[in-house]
Amino acid sequence: MFDERSPIYRQIADRIKADVLSGVLQADEQVMSTNQYASFYRINPATAAKAFQELVDEGVLYKRRGVGMFVSPEAAERLRSEHRGRFFSDVLEPMVREAQAIGIPLSEVVRHIEQLAEEVE
Amino acid sequence: MATIDVQDLTLRYGDVTALDGVTFSLRDPGIYGLLGRNASGKTTFLSVLAGFRKATAGAVLLDGRPVFEDPDAMAQVCLIREGGDTVDGSENVEAALSFAQRMRPRWDHDYALGLLERFQLSPKKKVGQLSRGQRAALAVTLGLASRAPVTAFDESYLGMDAPSRYAFYDELLRDYMEHPRTVMLSTHHIEEVSSLLEEVVIIDRGRLLMQAEAETLRTRGATVTGPAEAVDRFATRLQVLNERRLGPTKSVVVYGTFDGDHRRQAADAGLEVGPLPLQDLFVHLTGATSSEMAMTAAGSGGATGAGQ
Repeated sequence: MFDERSPIYRQIADRIKADVLSGVLQADEQVMSTNQYASFYRINPATAAKAFQELVDEGVLYKRRGVGMFVSPEAAERLRSEHRGRFFSDVLEPMVREAQAIGIPLSEVVRHIEQLAEEVE
Repeated sequence: MATIDVQDLTLRYGDVTALDGVTFSLRDPGIYGLLGRNASGKTTFLSVLAGFRKATAGAVLLDGRPVFEDPDAMAQVCLIREGGDTVDGSENVEAALSFAQRMRPRWDHDYALGLLERFQLSPKKKVGQLSRGQRAALAVTLGLASRAPVTAFDESYLGMDAPSRYAFYDELLRDYMEHPRTVMLSTHHIEEVSSLLEEVVIIDRGRLLMQAEAETLRTRGATVTGPAEAVDRFATRLQVLNERRLGPTKSVVVYGTFDGDHRRQAADAGLEVGPLPLQDLFVHLTGATSSEMAMTAAGSGGATGAGQ
């Protein structure tokens, strides 16, 4: 269920972030408990707790004592702006490198992007 | 609470040194992996922990008290060996449970019966007539239902088939969360259990090779593959545990703190960086030729005692 490339807690944190970004998890919605996560993914509860702690530290989740973990109202916007900041280095740069490596002129890449943009709109 | 302190533990059988100055501590609660190759000293360690054997030197302390010849401490430790050899073969399964019930102050009999059902094991069956898988299922039932503050499974679940093993993992996690305690899984086959573990203790040829958080170890190993020269240049700054060559291509297993910068450098050099499962890292760390290197790596990498 997890690859071994990165710590499991980070993969869980990334999945929750993805759910917040896509709207599967809404602002102020409660997320499953550490123990539910541990049972579902068959992982040590301390590992799940570490993922939640990281998300609390990053302001994605907040804790309500005795109740559980909830999605911060500003989480989605914060994650979006974070991703915007990384978009060019994480997505565009590797694509440009790949295009150069296999000999696709950048003008053609640009033309395709414009075409895609039209289709999406 | 049941904190375990292993202090400079040494055990010799005649000329053979089974454990040689092993020192580590385990916090309570936690699920720990005790990893080591065959004859590395795992079972010897567990026998001392359970109070079955006297240390030649050093000690195992449970909440600060030596376990050997201390009935209170011994009642707190439940060691389940492969095949569940704690019971007599002519008795039936039910009798084995009753015996455990008398021995174990926190025994949960209903839970034990529920587990038998889950593992499809008849209480009326004679222990001596059980298949290897059934004996293993009985063994883990005895271990789980004992609810002992320290429960060690010494390769006990390896005889079970895959569906039963997964049922065991699910039960272990669920019961551990409801009744937190110290659980040790001793094995040389860690693929399936690695995600259950909070920390691993690796014993190699009687010595402590390392103690580290499982999550930390997951980030410490990688395979790097590419043109031999580029691989060598990249690997000079890392601990190489293993290398293989295929014509101009070389693949190395590296160990160390492997961050985003390393990954970017590898990508820039046209190298492929692959993940290294815990099982593979264990194989390379305890391999016959690389053990000395691994010990240096453990020291310089700071893995020993991580998470304390």
